[in-house]
Amino acid sequence: MAPAVFLLLVWMLVPLSMTVWFSLRSYLPLRGGDQGFVGLENFVRFVSSSAFWPSIVTTLMIVGGALLISIVFGILLAILLDQPMWGQGVVRILVIAPFFVMPTVSALVWKNMFMDPVNGLFAHLWRFFGADPVVWLSEMPIFALVVIVSWQWLPFATLILLTAIQSLDGEQMEAAEMDGAGPLSRFFYLTLPHLSRAITIVILIQTIFLLAVFAEIFVTTGGAFGTRTLTYLIYQRVLESQNVGLGSAGGVYAIILANIIALFLMRIVGKNLDR
Amino acid sequence: MGRITLDKVEKSFGDVSVIPPLDLTINDGEFVVFVGPSGCGKSTLLRLIAGLEDVSGGVISIDGNDATRVPPAKRGLAMVFQSYALYPHMSVRKNIAFPMRMAGMDKAEQDRRIEGAAAALNLTDYLDRRPGQLSGGQRQRVAIGRAIVREPAAFLFDEPLSNLDAALRHGMRLEISELHERLKTTMIYVTHDQVEAMTMADKIVVLQAGVIEQVGSPLELYHSPQNLFVAGFIGSPKMNFFSGADAAEHDAHTIGIRPEHLTVSTTEGRWKGTVGVAEHLGSDTFIHVHPEGDPAATLTVRVGGEFVASHGDTVHISPLHADRIHRFDAEGLRI
Repeated sequence: MAPAVFLLLVWMLVPLSMTVWFSLRSYLPLRGGDQGFVGLENFVRFVSSSAFWPSIVTTLMIVGGALLISIVFGILLAILLDQPMWGQGVVRILVIAPFFVMPTVSALVWKNMFMDPVNGLFAHLWRFFGADPVVWLSEMPIFALVVIVSWQWLPFATLILLTAIQSLDGEQMEAAEMDGAGPLSRFFYLTLPHLSRAITIVILIQTIFLLAVFAEIFVTTGGAFGTRTLTYLIYQRVLESQNVGLGSAGGVYAIILANIIALFLMRIVGKNLDR
Repeated sequence: MGRITLDKVEKSFGDVSVIPPLDLTINDGEFVVFVGPSGCGKSTLLRLIAGLEDVSGGVISIDGNDATRVPPAKRGLAMVFQSYALYPHMSVRKNIAFPMRMAGMDKAEQDRRIEGAAAALNLTDYLDRRPGQLSGGQRQRVAIGRAIVREPAAFLFDEPLSNLDAALRHGMRLEISELHERLKTTMIYVTHDQVEAMTMADKIVVLQAGVIEQVGSPLELYHSPQNLFVAGFIGSPKMNFFSGADAAEHDAHTIGIRPEHLTVSTTEGRWKGTVGVAEHLGSDTFIHVHPEGDPAATLTVRVGGEFVASHGDTVHISPLHADRIHRFDAEGLRI
């Protein structure tokens, strides 16, 4: 067997099989340790918990919301950055910058600098206009998280979409202009179809990473106010409840969910890439 | 229907003047070819007429109406681009329908025009394919189809054949000429290929550095080029130029004789020289001769049929007819 394949198998198979192994056992590190096999009891308990379905809904809302914002604004930003302008290079680097900020740091900056109900910039802005400051993280926690996560992923989407826009043939645009298509028609009939491939790739890659969002929730709401995603629920089961078996069962569910979504997306991508 | 007048039209990009003020009239139904070397401003001139570039000064009128500030779509002109500029995600049918769809035309009328254009251009079997599945020549025809259905006042072609191979280019040249005969619509055609210009045009506009060097029918340009540039540019192979004593004999600064108006003999003639390369085309032979006394220069002679000459042979060249000698003054203008 080739060494690379061997390394990859060890890298993936060991954690995977350990997760499956623990999910079948009752393993409570602080309450008696490893207490042997319990069959599928952990799986049943994980899904029958009242926290399970809300966590799935939260996960989908955060993933969907962040995708929507990063693609819509990503397209707009990409079109904007494609226009010739003074200082283009610097502006492009600045737009990419948030991608290099660690999730923990950016979430803390958003939490304390923008969304703080007393000293945050938004609070000041709201008071300036005579409104009551919004307590973002408890009044609209999912929206606040979507904003934070989108802010981190918008640069990635913009970057991919910008390179795609740059490959759009200028003569096609001119032909459409002569054919009587206005700016909006040109966008919907030419730019958007041209971007479809890039959009699919953005959706695919971002979904995989957005399913695993954790740090942003950990440092802002700590899973309160209905912001518990599947990932966060697993973390709580393993570390807060000290139930490795139950958490591992959740992990197996997460693997299945991610694979269903990946399969679904791969089929769309495959269809799109064939053209 | 399609009379286009340019009055003192000029174009500059920043400080660089690409086209100094220029006047030109294109009559209805004419096939006009803009020809010139790369960078002579011929494509820019076409784009100014199309409205894809804004003029820096002057007036463009179409059928007597000032169109200088009219947006491209409203000028009633259709353009065929060098890269074809087909919409890659749309079928051929949708590509052709696009301008009509944008104009909000009645669906039945759209279909009627698509069928008509497809029949005329041999595209009926390909209407449901995408541009990516077509050959170069077919894509070119789709681009022309997309222009035809608009029933424009004039067609603009921007080097449409330069991406095709030689055989296809010849075929498409005939097709476009046929199309012009059938539609009788004004066509403006940009090319750097003087063969295309000579074979297709009613009127050729020779451009150099944004300046019109000469306007005339292909044969006018061939028989009486107004200056050295046109003389050298029109005709293939290039005209031979003589200066100095040879020209002084004819009271000119420079004289020019086309290769087909020279004759070659192994025994006697006006100029003596050695044979360089001989290009045998079967029907003709082009012999490149290095004259005695100036071996770096080359004279090209066209001989009908086959002429056996090998590298290094000594030959003699003479003008065929005295009236086929073009005379130019010190400024390069025709005398």
